[in-house]
Amino acid sequence: MDSALIRIEHLHKTYHMGDNHVHALRGISLEIARGSLVAIMGASGSGKSTLMNIIGCLDKPSSGKYYLDGVDIGGLERDELADIRNRKVGFVFQQFNLLARTSALENVELPLLYSDGDKSKFKERALAALTAVGLADRYDHHPSQLSGGQQQRVAIARSLINDPQLILADEPTGALDSRTSVEIMGIFQKLNRDKGISIVLVTHEPDIAHYTNRIIQFKDGHIVVDEPVANPRNAERELAEMPEVVEEEEPVA
Amino acid sequence: MNKVFQSMRIAFRALRVNKLRSALTMLGIIIGVGAVIAMVSVGSGATDRIHQQIASIGSNVIIIQPGSQNTGGVKSGNGNAQTLTEEDARAIQDECPSVMYSSPLQQNQQQVVYQSNNWGTRIYGVAPEYMTIRDIRIEEGQPFTAEDVKSTNKVALLGKTVVDNLFAGEDPIGKIIRIRKVPFTVIGTLVPKGQNSNGQDQDDMIIMPISTAKKKVMGGGRQNNWQQVGQIMVQARDGRNQNAMDEIESLLRQRHRLQATDDNDFQVRSLEEMAAAQEQATQIMGLLLASIASVSLIVGGIGIMNIMLVSVTERTKEIGLRQAVGAKTRDILSQFLVEAVTLALLGGCLGIAMGVLASLGISYFAGWNTLVSLPSILAAFFFSALVGVFFGYYPARKAAFLDPIEALRYE
Repeated sequence: MDSALIRIEHLHKTYHMGDNHVHALRGISLEIARGSLVAIMGASGSGKSTLMNIIGCLDKPSSGKYYLDGVDIGGLERDELADIRNRKVGFVFQQFNLLARTSALENVELPLLYSDGDKSKFKERALAALTAVGLADRYDHHPSQLSGGQQQRVAIARSLINDPQLILADEPTGALDSRTSVEIMGIFQKLNRDKGISIVLVTHEPDIAHYTNRIIQFKDGHIVVDEPVANPRNAERELAEMPEVVEEEEPVA
Repeated sequence: MNKVFQSMRIAFRALRVNKLRSALTMLGIIIGVGAVIAMVSVGSGATDRIHQQIASIGSNVIIIQPGSQNTGGVKSGNGNAQTLTEEDARAIQDECPSVMYSSPLQQNQQQVVYQSNNWGTRIYGVAPEYMTIRDIRIEEGQPFTAEDVKSTNKVALLGKTVVDNLFAGEDPIGKIIRIRKVPFTVIGTLVPKGQNSNGQDQDDMIIMPISTAKKKVMGGGRQNNWQQVGQIMVQARDGRNQNAMDEIESLLRQRHRLQATDDNDFQVRSLEEMAAAQEQATQIMGLLLASIASVSLIVGGIGIMNIMLVSVTERTKEIGLRQAVGAKTRDILSQFLVEAVTLALLGGCLGIAMGVLASLGISYFAGWNTLVSLPSILAAFFFSALVGVFFGYYPARKAAFLDPIEALRYE
């Protein structure tokens, strides 16, 4: 078994838009070990989103190799990619991407619909995932009845449901206030530490990036900086030191 | 199977979100299916009525009527000439191998009197075989025999309408009625047949031996030649209708001494064939109605396709999310296909209900015979599912092959 969860070799990605060729990634090589917590930073158009799409098996490289858990992703078909996403990757988005008019529990169950799991265990597993993000008591709430932070926690529970090896988070705190952001980062740190899940997140904010162990900076399709974080911040400890706030106001449904 | 059930649940939820839109889309299918069911019921109702008509006439019945009279170039209508005789009727039964029974028939309208009651009805003078040919059965008493015909016995069989009008609750058997002052003994009553397709009361009749009818009731005038009869009724052997008609024609031409160049002075008609021609016309009419109605079903299908395309566009982001968490091409395809089929089937079921109501309404208000058959309901059900699949496939395919990255980014 490959020691690295993610191994990328000389990766290129070129988009063709009419006569224009956009060279989004220009020969990237990268290894991410199992159990990593990594932040990817860079201006928009730097290629970080393209890389995230490829790592998440939503897109395939134009040239070069990408191995996820030892599997060469470049050679897979559309439905094989869907299967890999289902079993190995969890996604967290900036806008949460929950299904409206659908309970938190059912939102969390969604990936299970596309796996071959035991149907009778769905509810149990979804409740366990909600418990892991501290939202078990809100399982029957609809997204419109939840605050932003709670919605994002539901989304994280959804990404956890199939016990993935990798969670990809695209600006997970981009739509949240600072305290909620710290809470979310706390959940990521806990999942990384306790369950050994690798987490790769994209962020604009250096503050958020410093909750991870490694920061990779992108510019014009190249990696310009790739260094470990000297003293990672600890979200749990910071939260404990923050002044107590009253339970978040719920938006009126 | 579980997956289908799952998709059904998702589909129902998606349809509930836009109730009005779903209902309006279904309306197209409801109207389409309803129209097809109603039109088919009108068509099969008409066919059914013809079948009943055939049944009430009796099966394999052939009617022979005198031909038209040609008097100095003026042709009177069929049946005016007096060319058929009782001997003809007997010869047909004896000499045509494809003929089972044959009976002469002479009919006439007469006033009938019993005590202080009187009633105008049709008198049928026939041979005993007539009962079998027309499938007329005796309810009480007994039929008359060949002996009664031979002896010109004054006996009569009464239809229910006649009984009701002459005998108010009294038992008519053995009673004496008078027709043109001649006394007749009632020896039997007939099993009611109800109205025929033209609304004519088939129970308003008296049947008696042809000899008695001609000599005692219809004497004088054109009937002065005792041998002549108005019609001959024939029952052919099963499946040999055409043979029988050919045999009758050649026998009668021979008996009437017609030259090869002469026209027939009689006319042979098979009721079955007339009914079959009528049935065919009705079926064509029904088919025409149903095909016009099914055009609206197709329009309904286009409505489904339209709304499914809108729905796919609206839910692009949801599709992207489902793809990201592992939905395969066929998962998305089946989700939207099931949604379209659910819409069509739901519409189909409501359409069937509407069609049944419409056909009840048609038979109530227009007085037409309508018949909603189980096959037509099943066909409508499956056809509406087919419409759902056919018109849902393109939008579903479009959804299934969306690029997940584009779909996720869609606002």
